[in-house]
Amino acid sequence: MRGLIEDDYVTEEGEFVINIGPQHPSTHGVLHLKVWLDGETVKKVQPHLGYIHRSIEKMSESLSYRNFIFATSRMDYLSAHINNEACALTVEKGLQLEVPDRAKYIRTILAELTRLQSHLLWWGCTGLDLGAVTPFFYAFREREFIMEIMEETCGARLTQNFMVPGGVMYDIHPNFQKRTKEVMVQIKSKFQEYDNIMTGNVIFENRTKGVGFLSKENAISYGVTGPTARASGVSCDIRKLYPYSAYDKVQFDEILGTGGDCYARYMIRMHEMRQSVSIIEQLIDNIPEGDFQAKTKNVIKLPKGEFYQRVETARGELGVFIVSDGAASPYRIKYRSPGFSNLSAMPLMAKGGKIGDLVAIMSTIDLVIPDIDR
Amino acid sequence: MNNEELKSSISAILPTAIYDETGEFLNVNIASEELYPLINELRSKNEFDFDYLFCLTCIDWKYHLIMVYHLLSKTHQHTIVLKAKISNRENSEIETVCNIWRTAEMLEREVFDLFGVKFINHPDLRRLFLTDDWNGYPLRKDYVDENMISL
Repeated sequence: MRGLIEDDYVTEEGEFVINIGPQHPSTHGVLHLKVWLDGETVKKVQPHLGYIHRSIEKMSESLSYRNFIFATSRMDYLSAHINNEACALTVEKGLQLEVPDRAKYIRTILAELTRLQSHLLWWGCTGLDLGAVTPFFYAFREREFIMEIMEETCGARLTQNFMVPGGVMYDIHPNFQKRTKEVMVQIKSKFQEYDNIMTGNVIFENRTKGVGFLSKENAISYGVTGPTARASGVSCDIRKLYPYSAYDKVQFDEILGTGGDCYARYMIRMHEMRQSVSIIEQLIDNIPEGDFQAKTKNVIKLPKGEFYQRVETARGELGVFIVSDGAASPYRIKYRSPGFSNLSAMPLMAKGGKIGDLVAIMSTIDLVIPDIDR
Repeated sequence: MNNEELKSSISAILPTAIYDETGEFLNVNIASEELYPLINELRSKNEFDFDYLFCLTCIDWKYHLIMVYHLLSKTHQHTIVLKAKISNRENSEIETVCNIWRTAEMLEREVFDLFGVKFINHPDLRRLFLTDDWNGYPLRKDYVDENMISL
């Protein structure tokens, strides 16, 4: 068994090694951490991966350009929709296909709904990790409304598979606009409640302020992206830097923090939830009429070459790199997943802290293990 | 810097580099032995300042392997794709870049795991996803898995 070889357990005087995971509630999935401890102080952390590796990159090499998109829903299952969007955008880039405006708007609204539900789940789980049970129920109460919208329009709650090269699979449900607006009003009224129960809570502040510091230089060097990097002051919002879909048609600011600790990362995501609501509200009444899908050939073949597309998922920058040799399936495909790089900085953040802080760090990086393993 | 300036600056360091501008980014093709001197300059010189390695991967072209480095400068906002050709497929080796960009440490372990490229001077080169006793490198084109069922 990997990670259980005796030689790996060499310790210094007073040091000992414990294994956290792969079956542990606070690792949010099958992540195995080997932690070297001196008392309660973390001296070294070593992540062991591969417990949910399905080799999506290898699988995609034998799937068509229509089918490989659906495998990516299973990578970062909380941003399934955004993963699909990234793949669809890459194929469209290869085909030099112009997507109808209606599809762009629908994509953006659904992507922001996805981000919102992902952050809600993260907020609930962070509460749970740090010893508060109530936020979990609050977050799931609101998340359920978004899931219902997804179910109505996409036909699935978690793995939507709603993207096809050229647009979206179907037109939106007749109730979509009305219902989304209602839900946005509902969620907006709850943000104050979230702040009251968690943000200003003394116990929560003590557990997160000054914990798990990540400097700006290290964040860039470790390739950290998303809210985790923005909390350290790195400007990396792909929606703003390299706009795709309908992000160039909405007004929003990149949210940057300076703290670099767990509390800063928490605050960035809290602001992002409000921002997502604002983006959805700007778009929902302005969905243009027209086609929801551009015409594509039955069998899609990309021209020879290499295509790279990056999008902002709820966890950071997802890059899709397709190498095509002109055939009907990709020659090589690489997913630059945000969780993978974010995890690589975790041993640095956890070093020197307490073992309880390790849980706070893991939870504020917002790890989704299938996204890391792929 | 724009692509023309980047090309002339890189040529000043490495005259043998071959450029390709057909794609979205400027591609710089080099041999694997030329990687380290060039990549060190790309990171440390202020005019380049490529501080962010946002994608590192490998492509198996059946007769040779190609390491692909996507580099971005946060200060200058220019991007290049560096491609280092590893001609020796059986005993593929290349210098590590994880002392320049820390993110490369895990990414190189992934490439080692799935492509079998050995990174010289890497501090902790072990399999990342697969078990230590796994035979072969799955993402290579000649990898055969007898348990694989094709539908």
